[in-house]
Amino acid sequence: MTMTVTGAADDVRTAVPAPVPARRRRRWRHRGAEAAWAYLLIAPTGLGLAVFYLWPVLQTGYFSFTEWGPFGGHEWVGLDNYRTLAADDEVLTALRNTVAYTLLGLLGIPLAVLFAALLNRPRLRGVSVYRALFFLPVVTMPVAVAMVWRWLYNGDYGLINYLLSLAGVDGPHWIADPATALYAMVAVGIWTSLGYNIVIFLAGMQSIPREYYEAASIDGAGALAQFRRITLPLLSPSLFFVSVLSVIGSLQLFDLVYVMGGSGQAARANPAFPRIQTVVHLFYDKAFYTNDRGYAAAIVMALLVLIVVLTAIQFRLQKRWVHYG
Amino acid sequence: MWKAVRVGAAAVLAAALAVSAAGCGGEEPAASDDKVTLSYAVWDKNQVPVMEELAAAFTKDHPNITINVQLTPWADYWTKLRAAVTGGAAPDVFWMNGPNIQLYADNGVIMPLSDKVDQAKLDLNVYPKALVDLYTFEGKVYGLPKDFDTVGVWYNKELFDAAGVKYPADGWTWADFKAAAAKLSNPAKGVYAVGANLAGQEYFYNTIYQAGGNVISADGKKSGYDDPATIEGLRFWTDLIKNKQSPDLKTMTDTAPLNLFESGKLAMYWGGSWNVAEFGKNEYTKTRVDAAPLPTGVKQATIIHGLANVVSAKTKAPAQAWEFVKFLGSKPAAEILGRKGPIPAHTGTQDAWLTANAQFKGKVFLDAVSYAVPYPVSRNTAAWNDEEFKQLTKAYSGEVEVDAAAKELAAQMNALLAKE
Repeated sequence: MTMTVTGAADDVRTAVPAPVPARRRRRWRHRGAEAAWAYLLIAPTGLGLAVFYLWPVLQTGYFSFTEWGPFGGHEWVGLDNYRTLAADDEVLTALRNTVAYTLLGLLGIPLAVLFAALLNRPRLRGVSVYRALFFLPVVTMPVAVAMVWRWLYNGDYGLINYLLSLAGVDGPHWIADPATALYAMVAVGIWTSLGYNIVIFLAGMQSIPREYYEAASIDGAGALAQFRRITLPLLSPSLFFVSVLSVIGSLQLFDLVYVMGGSGQAARANPAFPRIQTVVHLFYDKAFYTNDRGYAAAIVMALLVLIVVLTAIQFRLQKRWVHYG
Repeated sequence: MWKAVRVGAAAVLAAALAVSAAGCGGEEPAASDDKVTLSYAVWDKNQVPVMEELAAAFTKDHPNITINVQLTPWADYWTKLRAAVTGGAAPDVFWMNGPNIQLYADNGVIMPLSDKVDQAKLDLNVYPKALVDLYTFEGKVYGLPKDFDTVGVWYNKELFDAAGVKYPADGWTWADFKAAAAKLSNPAKGVYAVGANLAGQEYFYNTIYQAGGNVISADGKKSGYDDPATIEGLRFWTDLIKNKQSPDLKTMTDTAPLNLFESGKLAMYWGGSWNVAEFGKNEYTKTRVDAAPLPTGVKQATIIHGLANVVSAKTKAPAQAWEFVKFLGSKPAAEILGRKGPIPAHTGTQDAWLTANAQFKGKVFLDAVSYAVPYPVSRNTAAWNDEEFKQLTKAYSGEVEVDAAAKELAAQMNALLAKE
């Protein structure tokens, strides 16, 4: 996460350049040596990825065909886990919740665009202060964020219900009531990622040349028309990037649910839990609480397939609406 | 930046985040006079100081052995321990409880201690028989009892006085409890008689046995949840929620009953003898609360349970680890424990506990031993414990009638018991 964050901050300063129509220099003679250097330089990262990411993925794939004893040791069971998976209501519910998170989480994008547009106004004072304020939740530990929100959401002693009570409203038990828990979680999710998305959009907006707007206003286009006809189309690469990350992030939602909804016994005793359990939380529960590691591996492999498919669809669709430079 | 490859790779790698895990291996056993550090895993933060005091006392006599007390809160203790055992990184010595002992012993995770007990000529009759039996699996002892606990009613004197209700006393019944509960509850003010916590040991197990029911048959083969008496024991709690004499599950999810009791929102808290540490330290409860026996239903009953210290089968220093467990089971150690912690298991040391906690009627918990029922366990207790939570949550939240939930639970539990 930290790497992406720094990357994003760099982008703000340098303003994302439009991709250069490349292939200017074709020094085929040096290609071999250059490539060797390149591979050498990316080797540490590449090895790290292979050892810490690719190998576990392959292992997990293998484990999804096994059944585990309570303290390790496993035997091959073929497709049994996948058969159980297809008929498991718990998986279906978790999947439905996860899709709901993903769709509702996308609402954070227009919100971030709105804030970015407000921050992008020329001669706005203290932009960097606002930017820092919006960015704070992004660099705060998710567990700390979730703990604080848990208190805010407390049905009897939480700040939110206290404020509501001043207005004469009797607020619900936000994260323990099946009717509100999912939405309460989504709100925190959007709030957490808002700052990151704003920074990306702000960078995208600042890389749009001023001249376009000047020309448009000479032609008589108002602020709204300028936003619709210039900002949005030229922002589409950022929109695409953020929507891909948002979907992947939502599909993998775990920490908020773990801290705010509970895990193990506490989760079982939370009447709202069936409404908020995500696929990754279910994976954790099966792998580490009920110790059904083979089945957990099958759940997470199914999730992997889902993420790859959804991301592929997003890439397919981008041709219709994303404009590069 | 927008290159498809990169985002695509990010997608695959991000997905990998969800699946990655790691572990590590062990080393050579230590000779008996090597300098070693033993890890000692515990789950009660209130007992960490006395565990450290015991560790220091042990190191004084065994200068080559240092003890590293590791606290993992109860909520994560068993999850973390299982992961540690699977990854080959189990603590050398750790706390064990009734629901888990058979699973750990059966899978060879912990070391049988019978031979060592015989060699050291230890007399196991110094511990309550119920506890030695609890930690004996297939004829071998796997743990030395550390403490024991029974359950009682902790009550808030201030709230009882305010409602003009007589304090609970010896011989009080379910009818007395229900009458008191009706007078003590004031939902408009957020004050309730008791929190119907979804927990077996302190809550529904007790009422099940008081109603004449059972959780599991004596041979450990059959669930008792479809017994009408057992269902009465559960209805005790669901009725309290229905009558608004207990907060509902939503409130108790947001704020744990313990916290509600400690802020004067619950008049009674069904808790164990181990709560003396918590209530003696808490500014609010230390002057306002006291203990009483559980009310009598068809029968008088309370759940008795106790912890044991066990040694990991994979410890690098088995001799030293046994030495430490032997010390923890000794009379001097029990006396230190009694002054600062729960009721020690070693006979003749319980008075130290009573004296140390003289501000509460601690004798309630010692007297309860005479009518106590052992904590219900089988070979894989955790599996059906999980089912208890899943099914009973629906009954407590009012989603399903309590008898339907109990019968479903009995069916699921019988299926799990058949697999053991």
